[in-house]
Amino acid sequence: MERNIVIPGDVVSDNVKMSGSGTYVHGDEVRASVYGLLNIGERYISVIPLAGKYIPHASDRVIGIITEVVYSNWIVDINSPYEGLLHISQYPRRIDSENMSRYLKVGDSILTMVASVDAGMKVELTLREQELRVLSNGRIVTINPTKMPRVIGRSGSMIRLLKSEIGCNMFVGQNGRIWINGCDDCVDLAIQTIRYIEDNAHRPGLTERVQAFLKAKEKTRYGKVHESRNDEE
Amino acid sequence: MSEKPEHFIVDGKRLDGRSVDELRPIKIKLSPLDRADGSCYLEWGRNKIMAAVYGPRELHPRHRQNLTKAVVQYRYNMAAFSVDDRIRPGHSRRSIEISKVGRDAFEYVVFTKFFPKTAVDIFIEVLQADAGTRTAGINAASLALADAGIPMRGLVSACAVGKVDGEIVLDLMKEEDNFGEADVPIAMTAGGKITHLQMDGNLTRDEFYEALKLAKIGCDKVYKLQRQALIERYSKEYAENGGDATTRPEGDADE
Repeated sequence: MERNIVIPGDVVSDNVKMSGSGTYVHGDEVRASVYGLLNIGERYISVIPLAGKYIPHASDRVIGIITEVVYSNWIVDINSPYEGLLHISQYPRRIDSENMSRYLKVGDSILTMVASVDAGMKVELTLREQELRVLSNGRIVTINPTKMPRVIGRSGSMIRLLKSEIGCNMFVGQNGRIWINGCDDCVDLAIQTIRYIEDNAHRPGLTERVQAFLKAKEKTRYGKVHESRNDEE
Repeated sequence: MSEKPEHFIVDGKRLDGRSVDELRPIKIKLSPLDRADGSCYLEWGRNKIMAAVYGPRELHPRHRQNLTKAVVQYRYNMAAFSVDDRIRPGHSRRSIEISKVGRDAFEYVVFTKFFPKTAVDIFIEVLQADAGTRTAGINAASLALADAGIPMRGLVSACAVGKVDGEIVLDLMKEEDNFGEADVPIAMTAGGKITHLQMDGNLTRDEFYEALKLAKIGCDKVYKLQRQALIERYSKEYAENGGDATTRPEGDADE
């Protein structure tokens, strides 16, 4: 699907009700507010940005890294201009405030959820939801948060493709951090593929491109397996 | 420093052969810097400008944070080697002033209310100067902001107008700037909203309105170039390897 590139200030519609994300209303026109790809939906016109930072919203699932342990709170880097706060009561089990760093210490990674964001951009995190947990294995790569939807694909099609083709476990955080777990080779390939998606995120037909990319990689992968077998003989 | 020429305009042509309403050639390169969130390298005649944008990011010291909107910070700096005589590195009276007016030129345009408590940092480095660096800096900053994905009302385009030999001319070059009668740098949005206007020298009211009209023409030309640079950046990529999915520099798919 080919999309047009728009720049800030471009008039994208004259129907004020169509104003979606990445646009603003000026008089009786809708204009683009960011540099990106124009997306004309049935009810809204929006602009998909090509760059930008992650701005937290409630119920986003993100991957965070503990940067500081303070009284009854962990301060968490969520790859955003705003830091996250994980209160001791949001840890899955009851712990004593003296032993906080026994459970989560500086540098630990967590798969967490944004519980709430207030007007002053205080971001409260929680671990008390299904599938939220401390990440003790695997690797984390960071991509531009604006490219994250392409790694997931339409209703999860891309991520399913990656998981089944590469054979590793994966979680894509809304903040652009991706957790991958599996054998070393799988994770390496997964990272290469994610970088490929990031570089080609603005192009149409991404799923087919990724399939072709993986097929090309597969050849060399099996080639290597072959070689090592020969060595054994 | 060069001598004052006897005439600035001979047979309708200026010292460098331009007509009175002609800009110097502009060259734009987007995202030359990997570490910045957005960047732009701009050549305007003999001016060479590098602009970098970081943010929105956490603002320190904390007491400078604004609870309702982002703070725009603008730093204009000339490299020591940017002019014939080495200039002392660091802030000067002049660079503080240009940083201030540059910041004001963008505060209206950037949607600061989307990012409370943060800072949007704009850095302008003048690598080579030849009159009109503040306008060139604003043009480069505008592109770097767009490149960083920062929401804005629109791009800002800037150019200078001035008066030499009693005539209103567009985009002053060094000699015209140094020895001319007036220099008026102006920045505006595509819609014609002025976000920056200074005046050095004297103009009558009629001359000023004439200058403003000429500046609008100049800014429109600059805007077209800025727009073209942003659009072309991605359409060029489409053209280069649009159809082929497997091409990637470090791809080791060959058998």
